[in-house]
Amino acid sequence: MQRALPALDQNTAARSLSSELAQRTGALTVAGLSHSYGSGFAVDGVTFDIPAGEVAALLGPSGCGKSTVLRAIAGLIRPAKGTIALGDTDLLQVPARSRGIGMVFQNYALFPHMTVAENVSYPLACQGVPKQERRARVDEMLRLIQLDSFGRRLPHQLSGGQQQRVAVARALAGRPSLLLLDEPFGALDRALRFDLQVEMLRLQKALGITTLLVTHDQEEAQSLASRLVLMNRGRIEQIDTPSRIYDQPRTLFVNRFIGQTSMLTGRVEGAGPERMPVRLTTGELLDLLRPTRFVSGASVVVTCRPEEVSLFPDAGPGRLAARLIVSIPLGPHVIHDLELTDGTGIRCAQLRAQAPDTLLLGDRIFVAIDPARCHVFPPDAIGGDLHASLEGPSS
Amino acid sequence: MRSSGIPYLLPMLVLSGLFFVLPLVLLILFSFTRDGAVSLQNYAAFFEDPFNVKVLTATARLGLETVAGTTLLGLPVALLYWHSGPKTRQVLVFLSLVPMLTSNVVRTFAWIVILGRQGPISQTLMALGATGAPFSLLFTEFGLVLTMTQIDLPLIILPLVAVLSGTRRDLSDAAATAGAGPWRIFVTILLPLMVPGLLAGWILVFASTSASFVTQAVIGGARNVYVPQLIYREVGILFDWPLASAIAVILLVLTGGTLLALASLARHPRFARYV
Repeated sequence: MQRALPALDQNTAARSLSSELAQRTGALTVAGLSHSYGSGFAVDGVTFDIPAGEVAALLGPSGCGKSTVLRAIAGLIRPAKGTIALGDTDLLQVPARSRGIGMVFQNYALFPHMTVAENVSYPLACQGVPKQERRARVDEMLRLIQLDSFGRRLPHQLSGGQQQRVAVARALAGRPSLLLLDEPFGALDRALRFDLQVEMLRLQKALGITTLLVTHDQEEAQSLASRLVLMNRGRIEQIDTPSRIYDQPRTLFVNRFIGQTSMLTGRVEGAGPERMPVRLTTGELLDLLRPTRFVSGASVVVTCRPEEVSLFPDAGPGRLAARLIVSIPLGPHVIHDLELTDGTGIRCAQLRAQAPDTLLLGDRIFVAIDPARCHVFPPDAIGGDLHASLEGPSS
Repeated sequence: MRSSGIPYLLPMLVLSGLFFVLPLVLLILFSFTRDGAVSLQNYAAFFEDPFNVKVLTATARLGLETVAGTTLLGLPVALLYWHSGPKTRQVLVFLSLVPMLTSNVVRTFAWIVILGRQGPISQTLMALGATGAPFSLLFTEFGLVLTMTQIDLPLIILPLVAVLSGTRRDLSDAAATAGAGPWRIFVTILLPLMVPGLLAGWILVFASTSASFVTQAVIGGARNVYVPQLIYREVGILFDWPLASAIAVILLVLTGGTLLALASLARHPRFARYV
């Protein structure tokens, strides 16, 4: 009976919060944001928006500029160009301390000399909330994160997961109209991370607060956010829902960054209105049934997901000769790493129930990639070495 | 029995015992003897003379005033360090170390010029019309505090810098996004985090100031007498070594007591550094 009560309390606490917050949160609009540091590290023309109450994730490799965007929104740096608005408020006209933003930092940035309760009440003290009200609010927040009895502890006396929850409570205590999360789960181990992500999502849904998550972890972004903003080298590559980003990546970078991808290089050979034959570097012809924007002779990269690759024991149209390098059972799947005749790696995922168990390492085998689901890109800067290997045979 | 490494430490332990512990023990024993018998007469004699008590309080006051001065000048440097990038931080540490590369005696004599009638302080205030006649800060307590503050400034900057370099920089970012302005960030976040550094610095400055015989004698002059000069007088002029020992022990207790009090403060869990 004692155990059932806290859950009920939490929900009522969350509901009372959400009713107060509903009118205060707004859509976040970032437009034409540019900034550069002395070292040339930059953000260039970043534009995106988050509808009120939604979660978006700013995703990209480290050094892509996502932290700069986050710091600009939080008011910790002043961007050289661009606008940032929350609802109808131009945030750039407002100093950091008055923006009404709750932020969870990468390593939580809890004040080490303050107790949990003092940490949580810090934003309230800054807002000049009377002591009585402050105490009630702190109790409410601690109940919400299920750390009711931890108020008098110091941060170093808590586990990593508990510290993370305190950081979330501190970020939310001041009733912010925007929540910023900077790699909030990065320092936690895998099992705990998932639990806290679910917890975070539940809290966010209950409060209905516009949230921006910054992460380099694609799984984290996909599990929390309804829209992903993919960044690379200071620019936005694609903004879409997680499944559309996975299924329809707009650039080779996006394709490679999200999920696993095998890349086959080749040259378009005699493109027709509904056909796009690609002569791979192995010498084999891959006939993709689709209209193309490439001209004949253009170098291209064909990408496919492991689950879009199937294995065959013998040759056939559209099948490529390959050799099995290694097979790894991974949960319900078996992952096969294969090598085409020119050494290009290709990865295949099969349901374990359907995987042939007669396969031996080094076996010759044939692979087919799903011509409807694979993607074709011009080779980009990441594949700089691709150019070289393509130019080689023709010259 | 496990090898504890003690045999290797033995030579150093013998040296330390011979040159640091033994003299201290002798000093303390000496202070409790008078005419070959154990007695408290040395201490009684010291405290019976109101002049001595005045000198003792003046020494404590000098230490506290210098602590205040170095804190006042050291905190802005520490804050500058906090807000600087790694390059500037290195330069700042170097610059605060530079004064330590010059000997105390040399710096003390430089201050004679600065504080004197023809020195820059007097000249500047004359030029500004703040004072009609040239004046000298030499042989004044204020001049001495000024000098000691300059000489001991690195002793407070270095512990502060050490504490701040081990402090995560996003703490002030976290405070700013929570709604704190610069002043509140300083008072509620940076200052409490600097407490261990401040305590260490205060101990060093207080001990260094109250024992700095040369500077006290040269800048303070004959009118401003402090405990080290008393000891010097007993040892070198009056040849009353037991009394000199007693005074030395009293000075030791004064600084040691401050040290213990501040150190117990620093052990408070809130100031323990776990970040």
